[in-house]
Amino acid sequence: MATSKSAKFDIKTYGGFKAITMLCLLVLYAPLVVVTIYSFNASVSLTNWEGISLRWYVDVFTGPESEKFKIAALNSFVIAIIAATVSTMIATLAATAMIRGGKFKLRTVSFGLISLPLMVPEIVTAVATLIFFNSIGFDRGLMTIILAHTAFCIPFAYLPISARMQGVEDTYEQAALDLYATKRQAFTKILVPLMMPGIISGFILAFIVSLDDFIITNFVKGAGVETLPTAIFGSVKQGMKPNIMAISTMLLGVSVLMVTISYFVSKSDNTK
Amino acid sequence: MSGNDTNAIEVRDAVKRYGDFTALKQISLSIRDNEFFTLLGPSGCGKTTLLRMIAGFEDVTEGEIFLYGDEIENLPPNKRPVNTVFQNYALFPHLTILDNVAFGLEMRGSSKSEARARAGEMLELVQLSQFAARKPSQLSGGQQQRVALARALAPRPKVLLLDEPLSALDLKLRKAMQLELKHLQRETGITFIFVTHDQEEALTMSDRIAVMSAGELQQLGAPTDIYERPRNMFVADFIGETNLLEVSVDKIESGRAVCHLGGGHELTCDAVDGIGVGSKVHMSIRPERLYMSNEPEKDGSLHGRVKENIFIGTDISTIVELDDAPDFVVRTSNSDRGNKRIFEPGTDMFVNMEKGAARLLID
Repeated sequence: MATSKSAKFDIKTYGGFKAITMLCLLVLYAPLVVVTIYSFNASVSLTNWEGISLRWYVDVFTGPESEKFKIAALNSFVIAIIAATVSTMIATLAATAMIRGGKFKLRTVSFGLISLPLMVPEIVTAVATLIFFNSIGFDRGLMTIILAHTAFCIPFAYLPISARMQGVEDTYEQAALDLYATKRQAFTKILVPLMMPGIISGFILAFIVSLDDFIITNFVKGAGVETLPTAIFGSVKQGMKPNIMAISTMLLGVSVLMVTISYFVSKSDNTK
Repeated sequence: MSGNDTNAIEVRDAVKRYGDFTALKQISLSIRDNEFFTLLGPSGCGKTTLLRMIAGFEDVTEGEIFLYGDEIENLPPNKRPVNTVFQNYALFPHLTILDNVAFGLEMRGSSKSEARARAGEMLELVQLSQFAARKPSQLSGGQQQRVALARALAPRPKVLLLDEPLSALDLKLRKAMQLELKHLQRETGITFIFVTHDQEEALTMSDRIAVMSAGELQQLGAPTDIYERPRNMFVADFIGETNLLEVSVDKIESGRAVCHLGGGHELTCDAVDGIGVGSKVHMSIRPERLYMSNEPEKDGSLHGRVKENIFIGTDISTIVELDDAPDFVVRTSNSDRGNKRIFEPGTDMFVNMEKGAARLLID
């Protein structure tokens, strides 16, 4: 009885459920699938299929544009690693202060301020950051990108970290203090290990956001400094070649890998 | 000013305020060395606050706390030689059972091998040696409870604080743990301060009990004192089951108070300090100290009718409708059924009380 009744109201039985689901999946993933498939095309054409080949992947690493892409990729990874590391550390401390700091004045305001950048249009942040660097006379280059990325990655890193910290009861730290740990020991030996899944998720999210960023990077980068997204954009402006699809597919692969890691980390909940 | 050295804990005029709300109103009490001491009261009475003040998790708004003569209320928790068993155990989920138990010793500066050896001994004491390598989540609630105990006892605290540690266990396990805790206290010789809202648990385990309500100490004494000689309405009502009667005191003669209740009934009981002639007060009579008979047996017999008999395992609880007085509950032990009478509902009968059963209460 109970099963038939619940089956009746099961959302799967609603009219058009399957069709709309399929449509959404198609819109979301069809372009990615097409790009991925055509990155293995043997043809010089973007759209004519001439058989499977790895020529465009080879082209990315050895072709005329390969130097440019290699430097851009190296820049991207260096920037992403530094920005993700620093922003994760700042976000961890911010979460500790805001969630473990008890009640303090402007606590709600602080919560708002740290997540507001997520809602601000990126172009506004980009322009503001550029104006800021100009006004303090900072030469644009790799350093400006790293600083800008670190700043805008903080709210992204903060989200999973604070969510995690809210799930860790403060009695664990109290128990540690009760058992003669100093505040620092309670933090490093108890709180940080318990927060680790959140910290890793925060790092990965920040890393991906930094790796993908185009708008802010394009504004604050110095002349001649390229990251993968800006290099790809520059290359596309001079005419689309299938090697772009190969790079995009590889970038997609990195993202998928990161998301997978993040998924398994969050599944291995060490408080349970 | 120094505390009395013989007391494990001495709380002097401790007050705790949160903004406008006063959680503890000037509590003073002494907890003796090697005592199983219980803070008992309903939720919100301030018992946990007091415990956390002794542990160091709550600041003391006013007053002092001494631990074997040393003033401790300004020390952080990690500088106080007391350990806590938390209500939810708070076992570190990422550490093994052995590392959990060794944690306090390591933080105190023992070497890793020393700490682990002692932790191993503690696990043996609570009979969990075979689980040393497991994580807390792989243990049952009762086992986690024993690990929490071992962890708190391992650094040899001067006082062990227990914050409702049995509340998450089912009845049978709770009963077993009550005895185990009591034995553990005797074996280790450590002073235990136990917080609970369960009066039966408190009566079973404690050497002395402090009954608290609304941030105030209501009565402090041995379980028998508190049960048989409750000081006021709150204690009589909170501890066990009781019949409360409104009476007025007619006269007091050689330590005995003669009281009357509605309908001309007269009852005599021990006089209590602070209750004078003419006062209208409450009287408490425990149901198990009442018995029923066909004919009045003495002056104090009250006439009534049986309303209902309720079978509760070891006892039968009889609700009696009295003339000119609120209903009474009379408890008859099943083993006494030969001597004491059980009447069918509707039967006219008399309720008699054992000598010394009635107790006058301060409001």
